[in-house]
Amino acid sequence: MQCYRDMPEFIAQQMTNLGAEVYYHEFLPQSKHFHPLKFFTSTASSMAVKPNGTYANFGINTIGIIRAPRGDGKEAIVLVTPYNSQRVQSNELLSLALGFSVFSLLSRATWLSKDIVWLSADSQFGEYAAVSAWLNQYHNPMFLSHPVILDTKMYGANKIIYGPDGTTEKADHMSFKRAGTMAAALIFKVGETRKYGDRDSVTMYAEASNGQMPNLDLLNVVHYLAVHRQGFRVNIETFSSLLSSSWLKVIAEVFQNLGSVLRKINPDWKLDVTVPDYVEGTANLANSMYNQALGVPTGSHGAFRDYQVDAVSLEYSPAFHLRNENAKSSFLLRGGRLTEGVVRSVNNLLEKFHQSFFLYFLAAPSKFISVGVYMIPFALLLAPLPVVASALADDSKAKGKSVDDCKTRGDADDLQIRGGSWKWLKSARVLLVIQIWAVLVSLLPYYISQIPSAMAIQYAVIWAVLSIIILIALYAMFGSPYCAGVEWKLLKATMITSITIGLGLMSIINFATAQLGALILIPMCLFSLPLKVQLEMKLLPRTVLLASNILLTVLGFPPAAFLIMKGLSKGSWTLDIGEFWSWMEFLWEWSSATYLYLFLVHLPCWLLCIHVLLHPCHPPESKVKQE
Amino acid sequence: MAPPLSPPALRRLLLLVLSLLITSVAAENVEEFTEELLLRPLPDRKALAHFHFRSSAPPSAAPSRHHHHFPKAIAQLVHQFHIKELELSFTQGRWNYEQWGGYDPMSTNYAKPPGVELWATFDLPLGEIDATWKNLTHTLSGLFCASINFLESSTAFSSPRWGFKLNEGNLRYGALPREAVCTENLTPWLKLLPCRDKAGIASLLYRPSVYKGYYHSQKLKLASSKSFGIILDQTLTVVLQPDSVRGKQLHSADGQLQPSWSMKDLFNRKLSGKCLVSKSSRVFFEIEKNIVDKVDKSGTEASWTNEIFVLSSAPDRVLKEINNMDGHSSSICEYDVSNYNEDAPLDVGVTWKLPLIWSCTPAPYHANRFLMGSGNERGSISLSFISTNMHKQLFDVSNDCSIKAVVFQVVPWYVKGFLHIDEYPPDANQGFDIPSALVTFPEFNSSRSYPETDSLFVSPLLRTFKEDGVVKSYTEVLLVPLTTPDFSMPYNVITFTCTVLALYFGSLLNALRRRTGEEERELKKAGNPTMLICLPVYDAHISCVI
Repeated sequence: MQCYRDMPEFIAQQMTNLGAEVYYHEFLPQSKHFHPLKFFTSTASSMAVKPNGTYANFGINTIGIIRAPRGDGKEAIVLVTPYNSQRVQSNELLSLALGFSVFSLLSRATWLSKDIVWLSADSQFGEYAAVSAWLNQYHNPMFLSHPVILDTKMYGANKIIYGPDGTTEKADHMSFKRAGTMAAALIFKVGETRKYGDRDSVTMYAEASNGQMPNLDLLNVVHYLAVHRQGFRVNIETFSSLLSSSWLKVIAEVFQNLGSVLRKINPDWKLDVTVPDYVEGTANLANSMYNQALGVPTGSHGAFRDYQVDAVSLEYSPAFHLRNENAKSSFLLRGGRLTEGVVRSVNNLLEKFHQSFFLYFLAAPSKFISVGVYMIPFALLLAPLPVVASALADDSKAKGKSVDDCKTRGDADDLQIRGGSWKWLKSARVLLVIQIWAVLVSLLPYYISQIPSAMAIQYAVIWAVLSIIILIALYAMFGSPYCAGVEWKLLKATMITSITIGLGLMSIINFATAQLGALILIPMCLFSLPLKVQLEMKLLPRTVLLASNILLTVLGFPPAAFLIMKGLSKGSWTLDIGEFWSWMEFLWEWSSATYLYLFLVHLPCWLLCIHVLLHPCHPPESKVKQE
Repeated sequence: MAPPLSPPALRRLLLLVLSLLITSVAAENVEEFTEELLLRPLPDRKALAHFHFRSSAPPSAAPSRHHHHFPKAIAQLVHQFHIKELELSFTQGRWNYEQWGGYDPMSTNYAKPPGVELWATFDLPLGEIDATWKNLTHTLSGLFCASINFLESSTAFSSPRWGFKLNEGNLRYGALPREAVCTENLTPWLKLLPCRDKAGIASLLYRPSVYKGYYHSQKLKLASSKSFGIILDQTLTVVLQPDSVRGKQLHSADGQLQPSWSMKDLFNRKLSGKCLVSKSSRVFFEIEKNIVDKVDKSGTEASWTNEIFVLSSAPDRVLKEINNMDGHSSSICEYDVSNYNEDAPLDVGVTWKLPLIWSCTPAPYHANRFLMGSGNERGSISLSFISTNMHKQLFDVSNDCSIKAVVFQVVPWYVKGFLHIDEYPPDANQGFDIPSALVTFPEFNSSRSYPETDSLFVSPLLRTFKEDGVVKSYTEVLLVPLTTPDFSMPYNVITFTCTVLALYFGSLLNALRRRTGEEERELKKAGNPTMLICLPVYDAHISCVI
């Protein structure tokens, strides 16, 4: 591998020798864009990158298609092997070898009924970019009136790849070929690190953008074939810090003892979980929830999910040294058989995978928690909120009435509006102002990111300062909540109503985000009590309430939560606002709905909570009483 | 035919008598049957075999007259439904327009879309045609063991006046891309032949090798008129991978020798004589124009034996295509099967001596059809035409490059976002098929004419090469994955509702009918309280009610 520019050509030559249709797909790296609202709009328009000038640096995907000998070409199965054409590592060579061996086997298969597409994706700009560029061209091709001009512009560096006499072949290799509707996609690569152990292991990655998952049946097929047929150890991503945590072990032991006691009572109840199982399951589940909640795909399979194609990434971690030829060939055999098995399973399907297994968390490669189970705790968390809100509103109404009674009936009409059933309008106005502020804050990065060549920390500071200025300006325009004389109970009721709606909506878009958000937001809202009211309480409840209020409020502030999360996972507690900016940038680049959730549901709720905590408590009423 | 133990002399005599009988029948111009086979090597190391059987019946007044060997079922079908023309094709696999050619009579007439395609024109008033079409689909589905009857629903067929074939509204067209084609469709097709697959060229149809191929398309074409009666053309086109030990390397690569093959390699059989009732029985070996070019360049004349390849036996005749445009033209080697018998069977084949790379002439444009968008959003069907360089060679005009292309595609009206529950097909989760589009290039003609050596007899196969040569190509079948509701949902809802209702009414009845006082009295009356107390009251009561 002296000259890496030859890699696509070499792969194409091998594919041609197998009798496959071959073409190159050239793409440009995508620039960063602020598009958090892409989630709601179509993916079609945003990708059309207009090339201007000659690009020396572009990625080249090499695609080979095997037409099923007797198939009708309606459907296709996609195999993806990513490799970096600029700097090919030995593990990437091994994954290309695996792809090639599977492809050459399938080119001789007579049983194929779906076409096979092998995409060797050039991952010099990242795997996802390569795969998503190809998928976009596959599904939303650009129709240009002057294709020739574009060709010379965009692919000005063609000479590097094509020889001077390969003009006809070039034309043949440049035309984009398709192979029908994609039935499923399998991405496989060999990991860089060697894992010591008795068996080679495979790590499955499945989370796509915004918590979407591929059909569970695909994961089950992969897991079954890998474990029971080819003897791989199958893993999913996990929080390794949780695996060694002592408090989790204590909980696990409690559960184990409880389970064994229950078993003594009735031997039919099989509720006991062993400690390692419980700890591992919890760590896996936490990672699965975290990845779904983040809303960022864990690999190039996410690009397929955007087009409703089931896809899963497999990362092989060989237990042998990559120079060991014998172990390598045995690995190629077993890895190839696994891929062939998955291809056979999908190939033999007449219909799609069953429609109802898309919503789940993975607790182990073969264990999952389905939507029917995980909806229950969330529903239980959310269900009391409307009751609390109405109770608070009712309470304040009753108080208002009692105030009314001791008053003279001179200006009854005015009082009815002010203190009667329309009182909630004031708190609703506060909520509206804060929501407007939240929308403005969430849109600010679009303008801030236009500022050229600044550091992340500068962006973050500008963002924070602008947010505070906007809040003050809005209060100046519409009046601050305390001046208007809104009761804290009504304010709290409004806040609870708004988070009920927000969390309910979010649970439809990305359940995991809503679930994790509810764990912080709901206690924060329910515990919030004005500090002045707290002063009237006894010492013990007061300190408990105060401590929980402060703790939850700190946790509820997104930058603080980010810092704590980073500290827990990495152990570095250095305060860096710039990192928060880059994290947010990461979220909106991937068009994650979590960004919208953070700024349209979480942040306004937190601000309202602060308002409730600092509420001056009954100044208007006390005024009335004095009168 | 002849008893197997009879001496050859006697057998020959019998054959002679039979053939005399047949010629005497044919002389009255009653019914004719011809069988032909065309073999052709393909550039991607495969081989094409095209069987062509033609039966014809003279016009007759009475529909129920006796036929000698013309299939009665077909004759009745034609009379019953007043069919002017009908074409029914069963195809498995895709014709590879890039490798196997798109600009010759074979690809134009015998490359068909996967599944079933049926069209028919009727000699009936326009109002009766739809009803007749429905009856026809049912009859054909019974005749050919296929679900052609799905074409009766109004979403499945169309009546194009132009685009497919010009007509006055008496044409109906339908296609079933999902239909699986296999041997149960071939058997009834073979039954229409006078010798079935027991003798003659059809005896080569060894099922395992036919269905192992990359493409096979069986077609039935009917034409009837008052003047010439009924003509039934049965064709079977297969593309096979020669199964020879010599050509072990399966993939085409530069510098490799093409696999040498013969009929024995393709079909596991040799041809040992013709079907005795056939008027003519011939095997053709076609040598493509591009091979002839290459052979000519090598210096020798492209006959059956030259420097590059040699055919296994000397042909009876070599026909050269009459071509005015340029010097080179394809040639056909003809073998008369009646010259061969069981002792000296015919085994046409080719042995390559030198590696040769050639390509078939492609259609002026490669038409590709694909789906755009994803899910229910922004979905569209697009057709792309990619020019092959032939256009430049033919006209050498770069400025005025407008080419007429007629696209005929049937898109079911139900391709939309939301469907009524009745509109879903039986296995809705597979998606919806959109049949192939037919792209016609009316300015290009692929017909080939060969000199007529025999004034008495013209080969029907070569005659089809001559007529109707407008270049056509079919595009891919598309699969539209639409959102499908969970059809088990109504069942779940019904079971859940019934459970809830049962629980509700059960407890309500229990509460209403319970008379505690009476129960206690009865307990006392029974005099054995200990046993009954053990039982839960609820159970006791239920048993009471029952």
